[in-house]
Amino acid sequence: MISHIWTVVWRDWMVLKRRLGRYILSRMVSPIFYLVAFGWGLGRNMTMTHGSYLDFIVPGIIALNSMNISFNAVGTPVNMSRLYHKTLEEYLLAPISAISYVIGKILSGILRGIISSAVIVVLATIFGAKLSLNGWFIVTLILNCAIFAALGLVAALYMNSHEEMSNFNIYILTPMSFLCATFFLPNQLPGLLHWIIEILPLTQASYALRQTSTSGGFPETALGIMIIYFVGLVWIGTRKMKQLQD
Amino acid sequence: MIEVSGLTKQFDVRTVLNCLNLSIDTGEIFGLLGPNGAGKTTTIRLLTMLTKPSGGIIRINGLSFEKNEQQIKSLLGIVPQHLNLDIELTARENLELHGRLHGIPTAERNRRITELLEFVELTDRSGDMVQTFSGGMKRRLMIARALLHRPKVLFLDEPTVGLDPQVRRRIWELVRHLASEGMTVLLTTHYIEEAQALCQRVAIIDKGHLIALDTPQTLCQGLGEYVVDWEENEQRHNKFFPNRVDAASYSASLTTTVIIRRSNLEDVFVELTGRKVVER
Repeated sequence: MISHIWTVVWRDWMVLKRRLGRYILSRMVSPIFYLVAFGWGLGRNMTMTHGSYLDFIVPGIIALNSMNISFNAVGTPVNMSRLYHKTLEEYLLAPISAISYVIGKILSGILRGIISSAVIVVLATIFGAKLSLNGWFIVTLILNCAIFAALGLVAALYMNSHEEMSNFNIYILTPMSFLCATFFLPNQLPGLLHWIIEILPLTQASYALRQTSTSGGFPETALGIMIIYFVGLVWIGTRKMKQLQD
Repeated sequence: MIEVSGLTKQFDVRTVLNCLNLSIDTGEIFGLLGPNGAGKTTTIRLLTMLTKPSGGIIRINGLSFEKNEQQIKSLLGIVPQHLNLDIELTARENLELHGRLHGIPTAERNRRITELLEFVELTDRSGDMVQTFSGGMKRRLMIARALLHRPKVLFLDEPTVGLDPQVRRRIWELVRHLASEGMTVLLTTHYIEEAQALCQRVAIIDKGHLIALDTPQTLCQGLGEYVVDWEENEQRHNKFFPNRVDAASYSASLTTTVIIRRSNLEDVFVELTGRKVVER
């Protein structure tokens, strides 16, 4: 099983390795805009409980960026591979288990999410943000990437056109990007909306990244909720892979 | 090698394959012939586990599908009708991915990849991205990929569709070579000359039903080895005869231009279904 998982990662690494420089450069664009707009522009004269607004939003930017990158690193290629290039058949015809493919793709998504997050950490430091990187921060970040890579896979296996994938981005990821404790704390939102936002995985990731990067504490509730999301999505993805035989 | 009994596939209320029974021997080149939509690709998808049957039993190399999925998959090599190579990888990387998925040890995998690239004459393009390949090169690479793990059964779904005659003949040579080494080959085609040139036995399928199964020679002889074609009142007619002498004496009785030729699988198909293979 491990060799099959590694094979799935190997394939994605071969593709990424060829364009690693371009990939890193392209990953710098939106974080720079976020840091300039919200860190320097909007946040220059704002302070939060534990420091500057820049320090506050950097964990949020890392959370939302790793979400987008991990989701799209898996979702778009798998959807294209299933519907257009038909390369998913190569895995379906091979003597490997469905879960090997699912775990392999999630690891590929984590890899891209981590590279992208490392770019943001470097940029944020250049912009003057104070960020404490520690073990729990990295665990939370990896788990966030894993959740959204798994969500990307599930979406790719269920959505039956490229347009449906785009709609998933528009209706699910974009609202989360702005509402899930990335740029502001959601406790001032109206009751029901606040409750919904609280249980979303990106909110928990933002809380946990912020907590670990400032106090270095163990974000047990957030990690617990995130693990439930992760296990659920892996189960759904594996089940759907098995059902791809029509 | 392949035993199929009562194989049926339904999509909702539409039956695309109805109670197919087949037995294919080791080392045989077996053809599934029929028009588009006859059920050929569905049969291949069922035999390769890409589609689940609605009914019936499939056994490959004595193994039933229900309990031996991974084991059976390692026995099968598949060249689908559509080009499904990974265009973001090179030719060699495509083969390497396949070898890794089939658990071939590194040294053997590398040796086998080199051999097969040579076999399909793509050695000099092994490091090139697949998206720069022509259709014929992609098809050859797909065959190499299907052979990498030394399958016992090779499925070729319309292997020469859209290829020029030269490439088509090269692929025929490859298939004959593989069968001579003991590999069982099941191919689907709607090219009559391909089935006739390659297959030891042919099953003709139409609208999901098996309508004939025998050697191409026996199927043709069943109609008559020779056929006289003529046109009358803007309508085409033909008549079958067991030998050329009878065909010639019959043509002498006709007042219009005639063609005497050997019968082929197209004639068999038309006689059995009233339609041509290439028609919808």
